[in-house]
Amino acid sequence: MRPDNSAAIDTILSDYAADRSRLLDIVEAVQRQSGYVSDQAVQAIAAGLRIHPVEVEDMMSFYAFFDRHPMGRMRIRLSNTPVSIMKGANQVARAFEAALGISMGETTADAGFTLQWTSDIGMADQEPAALVNGRVLTAIRPDQVPAIIAALRLHGEQAFTNHAIANALVRPSLVQAGPLLTGPFEPHAGLAAALAISPDQVIEAITASKLRGRGGAGFPTGTKWRLTRKSLGQDHYVACNADEGEPGTFKDRVLLSAFPDLVFDGITIAGYALGARHGLVYLRGEYAYLWESLQAVLKARRQSGLLGSNICGHAGFDFDIRIQLGAGAYICGEESSMIESLEGKRGAPRDRPPFPTERGYLQQPTAVDNVETYVCATRIMAKGAAWFTGYGTAASSGTKLMSVSGDCLRPGVYEVPFGITVNELLDLAGGADAAYVQVSGPSGQSVAPKDFGRRIAYEDLSTGGSTMVFGPQRDVLDIALQFAAFFVDESCGWCVPCRVGTTLLRQGMEKIVAGRATLADVAATETLANTVARMSRCGLGQSAPNPILTTMRSFPELYEARLQPGPFMPRVTLQEATAEAAHLQLRQPAAAEA
Amino acid sequence: MAADEFRFTVDGIEVTAISGQSVLQACDIAGIYIPRLCYHPDLEPGGNCRVCTCNVNGRNLAACITPAAPGMMVENNTKLLTDDRRSVIEMLFVEGEHPCPYCVASGDCELQALGYRLGMAAPTQPYQWPRRKMDTTHPDITLDHGRCILCSRCIRASRMEDGKTVFGFDGRGISMTLNVDAQGGLGDTQMAAIDKAARVCPVACIVINRDSYRVPNGNRRFDKMPIGSDIEARRKP
Repeated sequence: MRPDNSAAIDTILSDYAADRSRLLDIVEAVQRQSGYVSDQAVQAIAAGLRIHPVEVEDMMSFYAFFDRHPMGRMRIRLSNTPVSIMKGANQVARAFEAALGISMGETTADAGFTLQWTSDIGMADQEPAALVNGRVLTAIRPDQVPAIIAALRLHGEQAFTNHAIANALVRPSLVQAGPLLTGPFEPHAGLAAALAISPDQVIEAITASKLRGRGGAGFPTGTKWRLTRKSLGQDHYVACNADEGEPGTFKDRVLLSAFPDLVFDGITIAGYALGARHGLVYLRGEYAYLWESLQAVLKARRQSGLLGSNICGHAGFDFDIRIQLGAGAYICGEESSMIESLEGKRGAPRDRPPFPTERGYLQQPTAVDNVETYVCATRIMAKGAAWFTGYGTAASSGTKLMSVSGDCLRPGVYEVPFGITVNELLDLAGGADAAYVQVSGPSGQSVAPKDFGRRIAYEDLSTGGSTMVFGPQRDVLDIALQFAAFFVDESCGWCVPCRVGTTLLRQGMEKIVAGRATLADVAATETLANTVARMSRCGLGQSAPNPILTTMRSFPELYEARLQPGPFMPRVTLQEATAEAAHLQLRQPAAAEA
Repeated sequence: MAADEFRFTVDGIEVTAISGQSVLQACDIAGIYIPRLCYHPDLEPGGNCRVCTCNVNGRNLAACITPAAPGMMVENNTKLLTDDRRSVIEMLFVEGEHPCPYCVASGDCELQALGYRLGMAAPTQPYQWPRRKMDTTHPDITLDHGRCILCSRCIRASRMEDGKTVFGFDGRGISMTLNVDAQGGLGDTQMAAIDKAARVCPVACIVINRDSYRVPNGNRRFDKMPIGSDIEARRKP
């Protein structure tokens, strides 16, 4: 039994003014203190917020990083993605299991360690990587694992700060900077330029730059800001989507680590343009290790008058920024889910209309933009719209940050002008022998070599930047299956087509990859994939079938090669179907099929 | 036409609506049936099941949460939408446990009735065989989680109509389940058999004890007429 921590919970509740919309923070704080959130803690939190315990559980049970049961003091979460697996994550998992004497998913008897798999953690350029209580281990080799465990046993979390672990460093990984990220940067020049003109003129400048959302959807930023400014509300909000959960992306990590002032300048510029007083940054739980450095930057900005009242001496412009830490849910990168999560709820998407520009955070007009979009806005204000439109294509102005990982010599972030071909990007990153490139993550497109001449641009291959490169030695269909499994893990469950359909699609792909599918099975999987895409509520479900549908289009020969002839093949073998009965009856299992 | 009235079309049929109505509400009044499952006329829409998805001006949207607007072009009764809706119903049949022949709700079950109406002979997808427990802790109500389709009707009814918040979701994705507001099960909550939440379940997940078979099989709502017939009967020729 743990000591009664009700006094501590009371303190946490009062820290957040018993505000229901801060439930995520409250639960996170309780968990940080106690290691998990007990039934009694749920009761105490609910009572303090005057809500029902079932509402606390409804929120908590949604997020991968909240625990209702005791776990190990050190929680090791190893990233499970196609890139981590091909860089050796399975061997690293075996090494952790051997060093700790437990299996993945288990906790050691002394409650020292819990070992788990987790979805992509934003380290695709330095896999295999793992989270340890919010810190990050990168580029882990199996032979390093015993030393890592020894250091964690000896020093606890301090092993990450006292240089006891060689893998505790996240490489910056900006391989190629372009006009956006090449200095020298005159401090806060963009913000100063914005404050020198009217909010409407700021929106005009952003509109003239033809800036479009960098998360991948590509909505014109100027239009979004204008709509939000025009919407009536008690308050307007500016939200920054720093929940880059798309497997294979990590460019926002680089921006938040190396250019946080450009990000915060952009959010503040948007606040000025929209007439907002509050900015919100939704930082994915996997990036908790950036929390302290970002808070330090915010603090410094407050001290130098870049946040707070009358910013930069501009009378009447009051603005501040709060960072909300997520808790492990890919769906929260979808803007309406993110808003629900910002309000302290489960991150289930909202139906639209109304759009966030009309009714977003706390039902008030809210502009949600990507981290990179804000950096672009900052630089556009400093250097002018014409400077920005001087790069890229007619429909895709400016440059794009590409996160390149996988089978390439130089993984990392590349700033490239829109319009660059896949081939050109592969040449930059040293991935010339690629046999397959996944553009824009699992929700994007699987591109075959015959299409490497296509361009990175909203009008051709639209992308948030994730670029996973796979060499000829990789099994394309197995990777598509891994992506299908990713969407099973990350479906929010609210709507039927995504909740059930993602599981059925994974099972369909399993049958195909196992070589047990007939032509009719492949056709049925394709039909189901299209239904899931058409019927799902939000972008997650609508794009979850993409790895299957686009590999079917790009690599039909790989599917054909796995087909069973004949009209029908059962999903399970006789041996599998009778295994449990045979075991219970102490019989020999049925003979394997010929 | 009153000042706030306007028209839009559904499969080429002109429908009159007033502002504030959803596409589904306006169609119900006009006698045009849009298949639906999680929607309940007494509750706020949830948008969970997506069965009422229509093509609105070229985009697929759930009719229950989409506001009707002047001049909208809505497709409802098309082969593609019927196929997609049947597929969604089939997903629910294989996700949970729905043994129609011996289920207490047979003939009154909206899931079963939609299966018939949309032409689902038998599921073609693999059964998932979830291991969900039955909650018999309440003296008057049985909660059979195996049959839950996570439509959120009881959650909405308990929160908004009963003011009790007895229900919530637990977990996410395929492992999501219905949760109750007590560690000890439904019997430890404020739930009463007369609650709205006890009477809106479209399947046989929430069952009132000692109340079944008042109407024998064969004489139940959907034994007589396909689901939606009451709405279609409102249609003026």
